Amino acid sequence: MAARPRMRRRPGRRARAVLTALVVIAATSSCGVTRGDDNKDIAMWIPNSAGGGYDQTGRAAVAVMEQDDVTGGNFEVTNILGAGGSVAMTRLMGAQGDEHTMMTVGLGVVGSLYSFGLEDRVHDATPLAQLIEDQEGVLVPADSPYQTIDDFVAAWKKDPRSIAVGGGSSPGGPDHLFPMQLAETVGIDPKDVLYVPYDGGGPLTSALVGKKIKVGFSGLGEFEGQLESGELRALAVSGEERLERETLSEIPTLTESDIDLVFTNWRGVLAPPGISDKRRDELIAYLQEMHDSPEWQQALEKYGWTDAFITGDDFATFLQEQDDRVSSTLEELGLI
Amino acid sequence: MGNLDLLLGGLQSAATPENLLYAAIGVLLGTFVGVLPGIGPAMAVALLLPVTYSLEPTSAFIMFAGIYYGGMYGGSTTSILLNTPGESASVMTALEGNKMAKAGRAAQALATAAIGSFIAGTIGTLLVALFAPALAEVAVTIGSPSYFAILLFALVMTTTLLGSSKVRGFLSLFLGLTIGLVGLDLNTGQARLDLGVTQLRDPLEIVAVAVGIFALGEAFWVAAHLRRKPLQVIPVGRPWMGRADWGRSWKPWLRGTAFGFPFGAIPAGGAEIPTFLSYITERRLSRHQDEFGKGAIEGVAGPEAANNASAAGMFVPLLAMGIPVTATASVMLAALTSYGIQPGPQLMTEQSDLVWTLLASLLIGNTLLLVLNLPLAPLWAKLLRIPRPQLYAGILFFACLGAFAANQDAFDVFLLLAFGLLGLAMRRFGLPVLPLILGVILGPIMELKLREALTISDGDLSGLWSEPLAVVVYVLTALIVVVPIVVKRVRPDLDSPAAEVAHARAEQDEERIER
Repeated sequence: MAARPRMRRRPGRRARAVLTALVVIAATSSCGVTRGDDNKDIAMWIPNSAGGGYDQTGRAAVAVMEQDDVTGGNFEVTNILGAGGSVAMTRLMGAQGDEHTMMTVGLGVVGSLYSFGLEDRVHDATPLAQLIEDQEGVLVPADSPYQTIDDFVAAWKKDPRSIAVGGGSSPGGPDHLFPMQLAETVGIDPKDVLYVPYDGGGPLTSALVGKKIKVGFSGLGEFEGQLESGELRALAVSGEERLERETLSEIPTLTESDIDLVFTNWRGVLAPPGISDKRRDELIAYLQEMHDSPEWQQALEKYGWTDAFITGDDFATFLQEQDDRVSSTLEELGLI
Repeated sequence: MGNLDLLLGGLQSAATPENLLYAAIGVLLGTFVGVLPGIGPAMAVALLLPVTYSLEPTSAFIMFAGIYYGGMYGGSTTSILLNTPGESASVMTALEGNKMAKAGRAAQALATAAIGSFIAGTIGTLLVALFAPALAEVAVTIGSPSYFAILLFALVMTTTLLGSSKVRGFLSLFLGLTIGLVGLDLNTGQARLDLGVTQLRDPLEIVAVAVGIFALGEAFWVAAHLRRKPLQVIPVGRPWMGRADWGRSWKPWLRGTAFGFPFGAIPAGGAEIPTFLSYITERRLSRHQDEFGKGAIEGVAGPEAANNASAAGMFVPLLAMGIPVTATASVMLAALTSYGIQPGPQLMTEQSDLVWTLLASLLIGNTLLLVLNLPLAPLWAKLLRIPRPQLYAGILFFACLGAFAANQDAFDVFLLLAFGLLGLAMRRFGLPVLPLILGVILGPIMELKLREALTISDGDLSGLWSEPLAVVVYVLTALIVVVPIVVKRVRPDLDSPAAEVAHARAEQDEERIER
């Protein structure tokens, strides 16, 4: 399954419902969580459905921390769905000073906060660490006339309004931001881009194979089967360097084709605003220890994620940059 | 028929006593989880998947198939008995099914649902086994223009369901379409009807609306009349389907299968539209028009078959191309991967053993579901003998728990209660609830497909009839609208059968309002 965040519209809602139902039952049958100073338990909030990219990242991190007993306490993972992660973000901002909560965050949440019209910004919480990066890919059906990214860009520049493109996320999500930034980079007005949002990788694949759209933008994890069988081709990946996975290492980066764009989808961890510096450093130390463990390296390999660990103030600066970039893209599109 | 041989081979290796036991456990678990409020088959599968991890692939598949079909059947059970559909695909089942249950025919409703599901699931699985690759190629060519045309056809058909008062019917339909607008506009990011509340920026869940309007609305209505009216005791009917029930069920089963299977196979097809089309077809074709709205068995048999056939159709793109087209399919894809199956175009050729075992397992799971649940139907039906105050209290409790559990947000419970009050008001003022639910179901999908088709054609309206199927459906829709008018013009003396039907329906609706 996909190893990346996506603003799915529906799938997984019910999965979360069941899980939370069980959590509710479990919570009511056991005694309440004490929040004393000696409490070492931490809640990990996932701003999207079970099984999605945020969920995989958050749960993988928690699994490693529990396995190595990094914190000395227990973790409770909760999926908080709604408004592409904005609901969870609003709750995090409301949990001012709560020193026993963390939340997984990513590019999709940054975009959602804008597209869902909220005032909260990710860098206003307490940034702890960025964990991973995921590349996006440019996909075409096997018999597409575009053999290289240059072919596509040339045709796109000539008449952007004749080429419908699609992605697996709604406006503001990674699959939407990527083509818009690509268009901008090559000199196309993003407003001229015909972007069709699909409900995840499955419908996007159908649309590509059925030739409803000409080009798709998405993380490549979900498409390995189609790429291997030759039903789809990938013209480029969006990262700084090529992917390491054997099957995907043939795909060139955008920069190799002299397109000056590096776009990565990333995920990291936030804490609520207003926690003490001491506690912030403590939480960062937990994540550092998790990151340095061999188990985490295995998880990276398993999900095909690129290691991109930065912490504290560096992460805060990074969030600020991401926020500026997302807001300027969306502003240019007239979406905010 | 090489494929058939392979399937028989799969059946042979799968049908050991041990595996049958796993299938039985799977069916029971699936059914019990499926009856919980707000849990559809996708969730049931996701939740119970870990149970199968320790088994070897064949046993795991079989148990998994049992869980899957069991979960689906569990959702229908609550629709019929408690009027609380567990997923949007069983909303249509609740319409007639719950009325049947109230008339003491719960056992028959459950039985026709189980047998219909079995028949549809079996035919669907066989179609997948025999024709999946060919069907998948056709299915992906069906895009948003065709889908929009089908939805327009469905919307035109809903006008025949408006009830005795067209004004009230349209009021209800437009109320439903308006509720369907709530949420963020996906193309522009504009919030619609959100009243400044973050939670209303996601589209409302059909199930939440349906449970609120159906179950809570009714519970409030009953509560409001408890003191004035003597308690109605639900009659205890016969436990099994009679000859007449069989006679009235078999055609809807087959027609429902015909509706459901193709929708399952096309991208983002889902089960809502085929269950609705099946319901409306049965309502038009039935010789027992007067029973619709009071518990017509056709109205349960058809949609239930359509629901299961659509679930089987979903395996076409999943197995032939590795494309998950629904939420359930995505969960399934994850499951298959965990069993070592790499879904994708090469799946049918490279890992044919596992695929045939899976298909055989689906057939076995489906059969076991029937074997186990048919005898249970009369037992489930006894649930309704709980005295009304307690029964409705229970429904209220479970409905609220389901709403809260989804996001642990009290807002969702208030939203459910608000829809319950709306349901109460609609009953009080004689507004039919069916058009509202149809508006909520059809509106958002229709908008989505329209926007998609128009984005692809850059706003050019010709994009709407760019697919042959779309043109065919438009012509069909036009015929359905025009022909009765022309017939009336040419032969004004002839009272068309449609008019009689409408008349009969009007009477029946009046009765319902009086009740």
